[in-house]
Amino acid sequence: MHKLWASIYKEVLLLSRDIGGLAILFVMPLVLVVTITLIQDSTFRSINDNKIPILWVDNDKGEVSKSIYDGLAASKSFTIIDKESDSEAKDLVFKGKYQLAIVIPPHLSSGLEKKVALNVEGLLSKFGLEEETPQSEKTDLEKKEVVLYFDPATQIAFKNSIKNGIDKMIFKIETQTIYKAFQSQITDDETEAIFDTESFITFKEISPGTDENEIIPNSVQHNVPAWTLFAIFFIIVPLSINMVKEKSQGTFVRLRTNPVSYLTVLGGKTVVYLTVCLIQFGLMLGIGVYFFPILGLPSLEVSGKIPLLFLVAIFAGLAAIGLGLLLGTVAKTQEQSAPFGATFVVILAALGGVWVPVFIMPKFMQALSNLSPMNWGLNAFYDVFLRNVGIMDVIPELALLFLFFIVTTAISIAYNERKNAI
Amino acid sequence: MIQISHLSKKYKNNAEYSVVDLDLKIDQGEIFGLLGPNGAGKTTLISMLSSLIKPTSGNFSINGLTFQKNANQLKQSIGIVPQEYALYPTLTAFENLYYLGSMYGLNGKQLKEKIHFHLDVLGLKKFSNKKLDTFSGGMKRRVNLIASILHNPKVLFLDEPTVGVDVQSKNVIIEHLKKLNAQGTTIIYTSHHLNEAEQFCTKVAIIDHGRIITEGAPKELISKYPESHNLEDVFLTLTGKALRDHA
Repeated sequence: MHKLWASIYKEVLLLSRDIGGLAILFVMPLVLVVTITLIQDSTFRSINDNKIPILWVDNDKGEVSKSIYDGLAASKSFTIIDKESDSEAKDLVFKGKYQLAIVIPPHLSSGLEKKVALNVEGLLSKFGLEEETPQSEKTDLEKKEVVLYFDPATQIAFKNSIKNGIDKMIFKIETQTIYKAFQSQITDDETEAIFDTESFITFKEISPGTDENEIIPNSVQHNVPAWTLFAIFFIIVPLSINMVKEKSQGTFVRLRTNPVSYLTVLGGKTVVYLTVCLIQFGLMLGIGVYFFPILGLPSLEVSGKIPLLFLVAIFAGLAAIGLGLLLGTVAKTQEQSAPFGATFVVILAALGGVWVPVFIMPKFMQALSNLSPMNWGLNAFYDVFLRNVGIMDVIPELALLFLFFIVTTAISIAYNERKNAI
Repeated sequence: MIQISHLSKKYKNNAEYSVVDLDLKIDQGEIFGLLGPNGAGKTTLISMLSSLIKPTSGNFSINGLTFQKNANQLKQSIGIVPQEYALYPTLTAFENLYYLGSMYGLNGKQLKEKIHFHLDVLGLKKFSNKKLDTFSGGMKRRVNLIASILHNPKVLFLDEPTVGVDVQSKNVIIEHLKKLNAQGTTIIYTSHHLNEAEQFCTKVAIIDHGRIITEGAPKELISKYPESHNLEDVFLTLTGKALRDHA
């Protein structure tokens, strides 16, 4: 036990003597989580706050184009800039000056009205209420296309949300036009409300939590766990560098001649670097709770969850340290350990769902994701932060993280023993 | 007593053996010098004896103990002064020694007293709280030595302990080693300083191409080769004057 304490003390001294490294170890993850959350938060808020300028070419000048225009204006997401020419709008968007141009085709309103009227008349004639519409009139109707020009650099998610929004608006306009057409056929009094055109089905999002304390997911609740975990796993870089340095200084060689086990040496590093992880984690929580509101971000909601959050952080930290110990044991130079460690963490983060949610990954990647300790850690954090679960629900993920630590540490010891067996 | 029997070592990717079927017996209380040109196999032999590398074949025991059966007991009874400093540059001399002494199970007041004693004897007392990276080569060599003798080893292996140090440092180191030997520590040391070895060692072995080509007390060897006036002459007679550069 005394040897373990001495090892811990030595690691503390080594870390404390590297003030620059220590600052990077604590400050950079904080900078990372603040930066990412600010960026993500602006994306979350774009619907409400950040107006995206878009070009509008109205060749219809009718009721339908007015409805779409009003719908876009009402969404408060866009600043609409009118343009007369289709080609000018296209040119500006394709050069990247604007992200989107919407071109409404000529005669869209009259065409839609005519099409709906024909359909309604056709339907009523089936009931013997109207004369049948000649076939030639039906086929004369030309289909209309609302043309969207996107800047090629525009992300697919943005494109899809715009397309869905416009599609929804067009569908609503079409439906209302149908109602109007029926109404005009049935009564001459335009003020008489025969149809209730309001949507019958609406949806309500229920978030997990107690009745009084509902958890509303926001950019902070999503980003802090994801990027905190990312930062925790980045501990493998300084840890493996620390071990490789000991090899190059010859101190590891000396320790091999001493009556001390490799487990004790690794134990000292584990305790110290786990403490670093937990301090990092505490700072991140503090930033989320106290600093984010100053930046205009939502505050991180941690009330009643802190013990469980730290429990998850301990196991995630152990998994990260296990990986760092293995990398430090196997790597021979800093040139091997640092780039590999950094890249590997990024790969694990990608697989773990830090950037792209696992459920939208291809099946094969989803299967691979199950092997990433960052996936287990992220799920455990989301369970606590967003799903409001108890300790029993996170035990499977904690067990996997701990098993990962045990396996990686055991491999490190076995590798070291095998390499240095006498 | 160190008993070595048919000890051989061949490194991966090396065509030749670095140590070949070596038999050697070193008595307790001896100051035994392993001498030889570059690449002769001295460091390889010491590395095997100190558990740093695995022999390809053969075996050895130190005071009846082997690494296969009594690894911790054996490690506790030996000390190794490696050729490189093998110390933490950002820790002070005291911190380095306290940590490395702790690895031998020493602690508390007893350890602190030992550290201060050796630092004092080797002229480093006033630098005990200075970081190693501010030390000169000679000072680092002395700390390197202290780190290996805090636990009073019965056998001390030294790989080039005086390389790159000034005459004063060399003198302090040698004198301290003599004192340790007088207290019963067996010393096995490699060196290129043949004059130093001639004065310091009670017995030497000259190794070349992984084999011991001669061994005995320095004076015996000098008298054995009539044209030799000192150990260096014996050395050159036996190993030749050709350069031994290795890449």
